[in-house]
Amino acid sequence: MELAPELAEQIVAHAREAFPNECCGMIAGEGGRAVRVHPATNAEGSPFMYVMDPKEQLEIMDGIDEAGHDLLAIYHSHTRSAAYPSRTDVELAFFPNTLYVIVSIADDDNPDIRAFHIDRTKEPEEAITEEPVEIGDATA
Amino acid sequence: MTTVRLPPVLRQAAGGAREVEVEGATTVAEALDALYDQHPTLRAQIQADDGGLHRFVNVYLNDEDVRLLGWLDTEVSEGDTLMILPAMAGGAIAALAA
Repeated sequence: MELAPELAEQIVAHAREAFPNECCGMIAGEGGRAVRVHPATNAEGSPFMYVMDPKEQLEIMDGIDEAGHDLLAIYHSHTRSAAYPSRTDVELAFFPNTLYVIVSIADDDNPDIRAFHIDRTKEPEEAITEEPVEIGDATA
Repeated sequence: MTTVRLPPVLRQAAGGAREVEVEGATTVAEALDALYDQHPTLRAQIQADDGGLHRFVNVYLNDEDVRLLGWLDTEVSEGDTLMILPAMAGGAIAALAA
């Protein structure tokens, strides 16, 4: 997926703002290119877990639809671990056609953003497929 | 009649249907029971062991989260639309508190 630097910065900024809790939100896209970051509230308000506020989830999904964009990705932060899906992330990945983007701010000087397809119906070792994140030039 | 809208991830369990019409339901619980009667596979996907709703399934009545209304006892009226949507959720720990 293509992620412009300013959108990547928005996601990192959201993760830092929510710290010590995990943040969450959605990324709208066109094709495989991100066009807008939609921050949402982590209703769980936890450092270890996120559950997107259900009302915001519906409003953002409707908004993405109305704008003619695709739901490219669901994002959340890992504050103390790598940007790789946890067992819980796999168990609760109910959107197989949407990418799961994880931003790790475990090393705050070097935030890491990675994206994955997650198929929770597969065996654990086959459930996760990484999708490269190209953080390119927004004006290109 | 109440319309129940299903997201893509649940449509396979409903024979591909995007919407299911249920008759005679006066509460969210009755509408869900009528839905399970028509599409039994859906029950396993969205019902919790205690007969309630799976913690990570959201149900909206005319776009309002039923957890903020009367939960499964929320009244439904003729022409209402229920929408079922899996939660967007996860986390860095494996153990989930019940």
